[in-house]
Amino acid sequence: MVVSLKNISKTFNGVYALRDVSIDFPAGKVVALIGENGAGKSTLMNILSGVYPDYEGELLYKGKSVRFQRPRDAQDQGIAIIHQELNLIPHLSVVENIFLGRELVTTWGALDRTEMKAIAKKLLARLKLTLNLDAPVSQLKVGECQLIEIAKALLVESDVVIMDEPTSAISESEVYALYDIIRDLKASGTTVIYISHKMKEIFTLADEYVVLRDGQLVRQGQIAEVDEQQLVNMMVGRALGERTKCPCRTTEEKVLQVHNLSLTHPEKDAMLLDQVSFALCKGEILGIFGLMGAGRTELLETLFGLRGKPALGDFTFDGEGTPFFSSPNEALRCGLALVPEDRKSDGLVLGMDVRSNLSLSVLSSLETLGVLADVQEKELCQQYVDRLRIKAANDQQQVGSLSGGNQQKVVLAKYLATHPKVLMLDEPTRGIDVYAKGEIYDLIREQATAGLGVIVVSSELPELFAIADRLLVMCDGRITQEFKTEEATEEAILQAALPDK
Amino acid sequence: MNISVLAYKKRLQQLQPLIALFLLCLVIAIFSDRFLSMTNLWNVMRQISVNICISVGMTLVIISAGIDLSVGSILAFAGAVTASFLSMGAEIPVFGVYLSVTPVGAILIGILMGGALGWINGWVITYFRVQPFVATLAMLTIARGLTMLWTQGYPISSLGDDFAGLGTGWFLGVPIPVWIAAAVTALAVFVMKKTRFGRYIYAIGGNERAARLSGIKVNRVKTLVYVLSGMLAAVGGILVTSRLDSAQPNAGEGYELDAIAAVVIGGTSLSGGRGLIMGTVLGAVIIGVLNNGLVLLGVSPFWQQVVKGTVILIAVIIDRSQHKDKK
Repeated sequence: MVVSLKNISKTFNGVYALRDVSIDFPAGKVVALIGENGAGKSTLMNILSGVYPDYEGELLYKGKSVRFQRPRDAQDQGIAIIHQELNLIPHLSVVENIFLGRELVTTWGALDRTEMKAIAKKLLARLKLTLNLDAPVSQLKVGECQLIEIAKALLVESDVVIMDEPTSAISESEVYALYDIIRDLKASGTTVIYISHKMKEIFTLADEYVVLRDGQLVRQGQIAEVDEQQLVNMMVGRALGERTKCPCRTTEEKVLQVHNLSLTHPEKDAMLLDQVSFALCKGEILGIFGLMGAGRTELLETLFGLRGKPALGDFTFDGEGTPFFSSPNEALRCGLALVPEDRKSDGLVLGMDVRSNLSLSVLSSLETLGVLADVQEKELCQQYVDRLRIKAANDQQQVGSLSGGNQQKVVLAKYLATHPKVLMLDEPTRGIDVYAKGEIYDLIREQATAGLGVIVVSSELPELFAIADRLLVMCDGRITQEFKTEEATEEAILQAALPDK
Repeated sequence: MNISVLAYKKRLQQLQPLIALFLLCLVIAIFSDRFLSMTNLWNVMRQISVNICISVGMTLVIISAGIDLSVGSILAFAGAVTASFLSMGAEIPVFGVYLSVTPVGAILIGILMGGALGWINGWVITYFRVQPFVATLAMLTIARGLTMLWTQGYPISSLGDDFAGLGTGWFLGVPIPVWIAAAVTALAVFVMKKTRFGRYIYAIGGNERAARLSGIKVNRVKTLVYVLSGMLAAVGGILVTSRLDSAQPNAGEGYELDAIAAVVIGGTSLSGGRGLIMGTVLGAVIIGVLNNGLVLLGVSPFWQQVVKGTVILIAVIIDRSQHKDKK
């Protein structure tokens, strides 16, 4: 056993995040750590990687009892962690970020840039990533940043590598590069602890599984001995009903039409969006798929008025031709809402409570004579907390302390409260556990049944298959193909999403 | 630890500045018998009123994740403008016509001037995306220069008894500036707690991008915050001018630091999104009492500054350690 946890417990403000957990991680294996959000996975990994030095219980590492005081201690002893949250410094370059805190120096004490660059290049090549090494990280996409986090962890030879949802933002092809790396690591005797919600990845990669629920160990075992349904049942602790899709589209009335929308890159001479045309009917769920950089997010942001500069093309919303919206304020007033991709940086004010977050976009309707009506605000909040089954101690709980799934529901509630005619969702279930995912799908369907036009952008095909009526595939800023969901196959969609070589 | 213990602990934390103030008063009262005299206490309150006006505006700015370094200069400029309208017999030449300006008119013009300079701050910050620190640092210099130009470097004095009564007078046994500071405070508490605008300020300070995506007109709200800060600085300037019956071109120098100190002692986070008006008011009172106490105890002016700075540091360190778990 390379790592053994003995009776680990950890509390936050009197609430148990982990209770009496004992797990053994064998050397040279890939162990999938699974559980719903809030099950205690991240807490466990933070203990293992030295972020939380104060816990009860014992940590045995290579047979010796240890207690890491800070992340650096764990790193120096050979435990690397790739966090789900990005920890890069935006205006430092790719190389500088990779070597942050471990800079190489020449005999004179100056930074050895050539050497660092050479090593960085090799690392990125292993990840099949070509980047300008001197470009600041702020210019990179989320997925690329995540790969750089991975490169950072690979820089040091480690005996244990912890990966916390490493694929939540990267594209299919990058996922395969990551698989290869994980297999390499395993072959060289490294233990990989792999946290993920994606069953496909778990069954592809893992040798063993560990399931946590509500801070307690449910079961540890060989992956070969279980199937997907069993794992899901262990995670949620209750059997999930089969969720069947109902194509509930009944109307042909178009609520949103885009014709020849084009958008140029603000700095480079390139098109972010190239002659995009599509229409959305009332009550329809339209899925948009594409690899990273295909222009999906840019499309949603343009429609929502976030891009500032006027885009070319024609726009019809709710039966009226209008210019593209110039601000989120205008879009929301007209009835177009966007649930953004990154709930922490774009969706929520983390320091505010659930109620204030939820009511933020509809405060003007809660005023009487310029004074906010507390009672109405409370009622509104309660209504959505009940409807979306948001789990919070009360509506004055800080939203930052909720689990990912509940945070996402708060964002969703905030925009549903504006009573939109069209709801756009960018990666609505990123980093959310299976059960909350199902709930969010149900909600989206419910909205469509009620007559909303819904656009869902996702990089997870199963997700789109599960909810969309119709699929658009984007590549290089263009719409390359359209499918009816029941006629689409995974192969055909990927074919349409891949750029021409 | 259960919920009620947590709530109790939280309440205790909120009381801490009050306890600190009480202890401070106790120590001063032990060593100086003049401190608790009504004359002295009212005098301290009168002085604090000006800082409260400025600090309340500063609190709004800081909660919105900004900073306003120009308040001291705006204070001087607004004071000078008001004074000049008053001292010229309340008449000004416009196209050869003489318009008479009442004291109320002169005060309004001064406040509008403060608002105008604040608006320029807000415009530069939102439209050109200049950092608030830099934009208001520039305004600190500009407004001071404008004050010098307006006054030609000389004080403007003899402003009339009506006007002087504002700074030195009493109403129902309480100095008028204290009434004004109380009104400003009450209004600000109301705005921050009970209006959309207040909520928007917290949201913008907490996460500007999320606020924008929620349909908040971020630039408009931010600009208005700087306008209000400028207007409240002008109110402070008018109070100072009235108390001295004279507008000094170098009035308000360093007042921005006292205001920021009051905000910080009051527990408002400089990174925005968190803070309370009442905390700031307490902070201003603590600074005022401390200033007064150090003088009464005969501490040398040089040591006074050291003590003041140390108090600010201690306040921030205590606040930090309490919010550590929330990062």
